[in-house]
Amino acid sequence: PNSGFKFDNVKRNQLLNDKGFMVPTATKTGTTIVGLLYKDGVVLGADTRATSGTIVADKNCRKIHYMAPNMYCCGAGTAADTDFTTEMISSQLALHSLNTGREARVVTAMTMLKQYLFRYQGHIGAALILGGYDVTGPHLFTIYPHGSTDKLPYVTMGSGSLAAMSVFESQWRPGLSRDEAVEMVKDAIESGIFNDLGSGSNVDVCVITKGDVEYIRGYSQPNQRVAKEQSYRFPAGTTEFIAPKTRTPAEEATAMDVSA
Amino acid sequence: MDPITLEVPHMLRAPAAAANQGANAHTSSQPIITGTSVLAFKYKDGIMMAADTLGAFGSMARFRDENRFMQVGDTLVGAGGDMSDFQYMKHMLEDMQTREYDMDDGQRMGTRSVYKYVSNVMYGRRNRFDPLWNAYVVGGVEGGERFLGYVNLYGTTYEADCVATGFGAHLAIPMLRKRVEGRADEVTEEEAVAVLDDCMRTLLYRDCQAFNRVRRAKVTARGVEVSEPYALQTDWSIADYVVGYGA
Repeated sequence: PNSGFKFDNVKRNQLLNDKGFMVPTATKTGTTIVGLLYKDGVVLGADTRATSGTIVADKNCRKIHYMAPNMYCCGAGTAADTDFTTEMISSQLALHSLNTGREARVVTAMTMLKQYLFRYQGHIGAALILGGYDVTGPHLFTIYPHGSTDKLPYVTMGSGSLAAMSVFESQWRPGLSRDEAVEMVKDAIESGIFNDLGSGSNVDVCVITKGDVEYIRGYSQPNQRVAKEQSYRFPAGTTEFIAPKTRTPAEEATAMDVSA
Repeated sequence: MDPITLEVPHMLRAPAAAANQGANAHTSSQPIITGTSVLAFKYKDGIMMAADTLGAFGSMARFRDENRFMQVGDTLVGAGGDMSDFQYMKHMLEDMQTREYDMDDGQRMGTRSVYKYVSNVMYGRRNRFDPLWNAYVVGGVEGGERFLGYVNLYGTTYEADCVATGFGAHLAIPMLRKRVEGRADEVTEEEAVAVLDDCMRTLLYRDCQAFNRVRRAKVTARGVEVSEPYALQTDWSIADYVVGYGA
């Protein structure tokens, strides 16, 4: 058949599994991402640590991805999947917007993302928090790797999601002011940064209101490296030498050439 | 090749049987009736602890009046995990108290001693591949000093200003660390109760195995006090904001 799911490799994969060849697990980010609706719009927040197993691969990565001028998307799960998926749908949104002659709507991005992820049955490990402000107002969605969505006033995702959710569940109320909302997002992400090993470093914040976006990279930086205690520069003359000899790279190459 | 015969001490030869007083132990452990989170932290007058009164049978709310606290002299033990294993531990602790009483040497088992006893039982069972599937919180005031410890099925132990088992470790510990960690001398009883209720409420919202019938317990220099079960105030008005799941 030309369409539909193909299950040809199921038997082969089972045989390989039985013989001891396991499918390699994808590298995850380990993350705390949050989204929150307030009086005038939506606030998105994220930590900045990217992990590869127990190693911190990137101390200051960006987890809040651009989707459209009025829309941003936080990503947790497999880093490659979140990066490429959001970029792809962002590109589709731009074309769609040109085609319709209208500003992109959040539900459009959400539908594109969920239909894409569902098609891959959860194999694309992207757990997203999508937020934006369009003609119909502010919207906040969560999108899970298998393609389900939730529409809620406050959401958290990633390994630090429980730590962050405990902040929201004990403090969120409707009608927050902008400063209160941003502070709450900062507190939620910091809860993840300090209580979850998969999250760390800084807090990035993005505030989306009607006709305006404020992307604050490094809104909170509670993990700065301490100043080094002394200068470790070797003073000139530390290494004793008998006679200096200088050669240009070309001379060096000629000297090293053993084929001549 | 001739097989090598090893003479091993009787304790190792039939490990599970020895630990279980001769009964044949189950070869693999799995929790059946379970209790969820236990929370505890140090405050001005001593230790505050909380746990709900549910003994769940998988996804069924089977036993709704379970007391997950046990008083051992002036020490308080709170339990999460398998409830039948907790009942066994209660039995062990009762027998221990009886032996201590019979010794009649004027000694009283302090909190640290009770904690050590529970820890050794847990680690010993783990070594015999027959764990008691629990997480315990042991708290008390010994010689004017507040003590709070945690032990689990692996025998892992640690002491801290705030501890929590199960889901509480993920949802309540971040809240407790922010609000009371390092401030044990300042936190009054009113504040402690408020913080505890806030944490239990968050757990009620987000832990599927949580139950709205909660017991609070405190240990001070005056001893152990376990409260009667009470219900938490909840706010579900957010439901008005949840309509559909997309378009």
